[in-house]
Amino acid sequence: MEGAEIVRLNLRINGQPHEVDDVWEGESLLYVLRERLGLPGSKNACEQGECGSCSIYLDGQLVCACLVLAGQAEDREVVTVEGLGGSNDLHPVQEAFLEAGAVQCGFCTPGLIVAAHELLSRRPDPSESEIREALAGNLCRCTGYEKIIDAVSLAGRKMAGGST
Amino acid sequence: MEFFRPASLAEALEIKAAHPGGIPIAGGTDLMVEINFDKRRPEVLIDLTVCPELQEWSRSNGTIRIGSGVSYSRLIAELAGELPGLAIASRTVGSPQIRNRGTLGGNLGTASPAGDGVPPLVAVGAEVEVASTNGARTLPVAEFITGVKKNALAGDELIVAVHVPVAKGPQQFSKIGTRNAMVIAVATFSIALDLESRTVGTALGSSSPRPLRAHDAEEFIAAELDWAEHTPVPANVAERFGELVAGVATPIDDVRGTAAYRRHALGVMAKRTLTWTWDEAGRLGAPAEWKGPRS
Repeated sequence: MEGAEIVRLNLRINGQPHEVDDVWEGESLLYVLRERLGLPGSKNACEQGECGSCSIYLDGQLVCACLVLAGQAEDREVVTVEGLGGSNDLHPVQEAFLEAGAVQCGFCTPGLIVAAHELLSRRPDPSESEIREALAGNLCRCTGYEKIIDAVSLAGRKMAGGST
Repeated sequence: MEFFRPASLAEALEIKAAHPGGIPIAGGTDLMVEINFDKRRPEVLIDLTVCPELQEWSRSNGTIRIGSGVSYSRLIAELAGELPGLAIASRTVGSPQIRNRGTLGGNLGTASPAGDGVPPLVAVGAEVEVASTNGARTLPVAEFITGVKKNALAGDELIVAVHVPVAKGPQQFSKIGTRNAMVIAVATFSIALDLESRTVGTALGSSSPRPLRAHDAEEFIAAELDWAEHTPVPANVAERFGELVAGVATPIDDVRGTAAYRRHALGVMAKRTLTWTWDEAGRLGAPAEWKGPRS
């Protein structure tokens, strides 16, 4: 019995079908996104699931793209930070991070945006402890987290349509 | 490197039979780290995430059969009522991202002494079901893990499921680490009270090459507890229970902690979790009224 050498990967990313050629069998989905598809929003930092800076949705679930083998994403639906909003149409979570001053060097920010987006999609008005728990897998070495937590609360209020 | 993506368990077992050195991958939370850091280059990778048989759990005769590919997030969301000890331990695994991907099959396959999912299984005498093209066999989890990162899986076998008895009383899991999230355990302790048989199950994690039960501690405390009246555990009895638990450990000094600290921590966790579960049993009353843990 012969296994496929993955030459071609088919998956949907941010709503669009993608066909990726010449994928090495051992490479991560993060590598495919960044190096093969030019989607650098998902950051490559620890490559061991510790830092959360490569957080994406895989079939609606928050995961670290560095821990997904590329072949495991075949026929799956991926949403990256690029799929949540761009510079001309920021998502309320992105706006809230800017307004709350939750961005310093910015490297952890895309992963935090995706993780915060996932939390707010199931808990529109999270408590501080719920925010801390949901973001426990995302490391930031600049901010001390306080403004990030403020930003997530603010984003929740923005998304609920309340006053900001 | 060859990559397989079997669509059924039968197909996966055929692939494993043809490639006994093939490495299964599910959540990838251990294996992908090794591949990313160039520490491992498996010749054959077998992706188990699309085998439907491994992604489900079911009940029968007081036992829950959990497919090896069920994530920790699902154990927490779907089984906290029937398997509270396993759910509490699952909540301490990694981070939301890791719990969404990591599986019990992975913990058993990796067989790290620090696998958080394993002690709650050992404490209740859970069994692991493994299979090959020649059939399936089950063995106690406590026997399946044979040493540090070693298990009893044959080259042609895959871990299919874990069979866990439904809780018959309060259960707890306690874990020492440097923070609440993303921590490899320094030491863990699992306890399970069985209010029907009036017995206590225990297991120590991250304290020995493989998870251990503290048999002497279990027998001692089962005889000392006042199962009829649920009077509080006397301090000297709790102390002795902690000593007996700590005495079973064979920990090492490593970057996460010293052997002496681990032994001390085990005694403290044993006393605390005994008190928590016993108090809960007292509040909830007799077995007939025990309807599962508080939410």
